[in-house]
Amino acid sequence: MKHLLRRLRAELFATRADAALSLVLISLISLGAIGFLRWAFTQAQWAVVKVNSTLFAVGRYPVEQQWRLWLLTALLIAASGATWGLIRAHPRPDRTGVLWPRNDRLAVVLLSLIALALPLALDLSLAIAGRWWGLTVLLVVCRWLAGRFGARLSPAGQRLAALVWPVLYLVGMVLISGGLGLVTVSPSEWGGLMLTLLASSFAILLCFPIGVLLALGRRSDLPLLRWGSVLYIEFIRGAPLITLLFLGQNILGFLLPGGLAPDRIWRAAWVLTFFAAAYLAEAVRSGLAAVPRGQLEAARSLGLSYPKALQHVVLPQALRVALPAIVGQFISLLQDTTLLSLIGLLELLGTARTVMANPAFLGRNGEVYLTLALLFWGCCAALGLGSRALERRLDPHALPSAT
Amino acid sequence: MSQPSSELMIEARAVEKWYPNGFQALRGANLTVRRGEVVVIMGPSGSGKSTFIRTFNALEDFQKGSITVDGIVLSNDLRNIDAVRREVGMVFQQFNLFPHLSVLDNLTLAPVLVRKRPKAEVEQQAWALLERVGIAEQAGKYPGQLSGGQQQRVAIARALCMEPRILLFDEPTSSLDPEMVREVLEVMQNLAAEEITMVVVTHEVKFARHVAHRVVLMADGEVVEEAEPEVFFTNPSHQRTRRFLDQIL
Ligand SMILES: Nc1ncnc2c1ncn2[C@@H]1O[C@H](COP(=O)(O)OP(=O)(O)OP(=O)(O)O)[C@@H](O)[C@H]1O
Ligand SMILES: [Mg+2]
Repeated sequence: MKHLLRRLRAELFATRADAALSLVLISLISLGAIGFLRWAFTQAQWAVVKVNSTLFAVGRYPVEQQWRLWLLTALLIAASGATWGLIRAHPRPDRTGVLWPRNDRLAVVLLSLIALALPLALDLSLAIAGRWWGLTVLLVVCRWLAGRFGARLSPAGQRLAALVWPVLYLVGMVLISGGLGLVTVSPSEWGGLMLTLLASSFAILLCFPIGVLLALGRRSDLPLLRWGSVLYIEFIRGAPLITLLFLGQNILGFLLPGGLAPDRIWRAAWVLTFFAAAYLAEAVRSGLAAVPRGQLEAARSLGLSYPKALQHVVLPQALRVALPAIVGQFISLLQDTTLLSLIGLLELLGTARTVMANPAFLGRNGEVYLTLALLFWGCCAALGLGSRALERRLDPHALPSAT
Repeated sequence: MSQPSSELMIEARAVEKWYPNGFQALRGANLTVRRGEVVVIMGPSGSGKSTFIRTFNALEDFQKGSITVDGIVLSNDLRNIDAVRREVGMVFQQFNLFPHLSVLDNLTLAPVLVRKRPKAEVEQQAWALLERVGIAEQAGKYPGQLSGGQQQRVAIARALCMEPRILLFDEPTSSLDPEMVREVLEVMQNLAAEEITMVVVTHEVKFARHVAHRVVLMADGEVVEEAEPEVFFTNPSHQRTRRFLDQIL
């Protein structure tokens, strides 16, 4: 305690000017916090969030089909837990024996606490709260199992395990939209957080390979490829996303073969993809520029073909350098999905606007927007944490050196 | 010192090269290297030494003349280039290790990808090679965690892991701290005692004197002098060589 006080004094009140500034800041922060808490606990009426929680989560998805979404959530959580455990079970070759980050355990505990408390705080029905608790247990168990037994997995087995994710994505598509014996749920009934995540994950997954190809195209020796890439990137980056979204609604039907762009939602998702790809290409390009020429030469002199040299030597380094910028792109892509509400899609923001338009919830904008902000913040924080963990796992020595 | 056979491994005739900016870096350079031979190339900065040996594994193209490497005529045919690169290993001044791969993976990458050999077998060979260059205990580390001398020895082992018949060295010790130069030169000297053909660009006079079969002087994109080490350093036939030796000795 004494130690803490001394430290506080050293850090906040070292000089007279420091002390004055600290006092002013502390009182401002306290004022803000008190005001906010007063509002949150006395004035705010959270009923608007409780009553519409399903709407915010999945929009107008038919109630009797919602088990499919629960199933998908369970699958995703199981896969996340297993991936988490597997990463734990396979530390970097130079770190074997070192306990994997201690804060990893802390993360599990924190996550469990949040999962336990949140349904209670939201006053969800016991049935729903129970499901969330079950899912939390599933996550922890899968992580433990994979961490326990994953070390025995051969490299080939690991590669196979990674395939779970693309397969799961396809399974998720089927679960959400129906087909293969499931009742079809048309995209017009999708909404809320589900639509936000669906559109952004679709765009994130597809913009990545497109962006990498564009970045490579921009450095290509073939003039046609180079100028094509430059033209594309500069055109997209020069136009606001909202105009492209409107443009996409009008012309994408002509550009893409019929089967690929049947619905407004998919058209919007493709526009997001093509938009993000241009920015991603620039991020990857900066990464490529950071890899010294000698790397390609060394790979080539060992007999690797140009594509193999790119795949195994140049791109891993370039992407490692570009990782923070790439994740930054993904985060802004996630936030850009709010623009879909302007073309009439009921993703999170669109749903929120319909809720606020309901006379029963008049004047409850503060509560709704705060909830939205928290949801987005949660998703972005997850992306950011994941990327930082990845950065730490990929070696700091793995950065290309200037030599 | 093993004696070179009479079989020609590298035959470069009247090679001329222009860089894209129009600068002519090679002006009719000639060189023949026999199997098992160790040839040292010396010469002032900018004389085209790097450019010349980089044409031997097609890292640089050339416009006039001809180069034959281990019986393969270098041309713009891509298949040719891949074949040559499999026969010729290269060690660079800046090591150019792959920083994102462990030392062991640096060695095994190419044999597994290019020669399609089973990983376990290549790893065994890689361990043996690391042993030979004296850094087996660093196999799990990343290049950034090693000293310059260690990195260069890994780079040599990496080139050897492809089992090349020719090794090219472009100033392998020039970016090393003086105390690390010796460990690398020792590895090279041991190599020279074996079958492998070596072409070494270096300013290390002692290495040239005691290890090379032949020393070559390049100036202004040409091979000016070509002689046995004793003759080269004590009684060169060209004025240009004498001037160069005066500067470095
Ligand atoms: N990519 C390039 N474009 C244009 N000119 C180049 C290029 N690379 C090298 N040169 C020029 O070609 C000449 C020969 O270069 P090279 O690197 O082969 O010389 P070197 O003998 O290896 O010199 P050093 O001892 O400094 O390494 C130099 O004058 C250099 O400026
Ligand atoms: Mg040079």
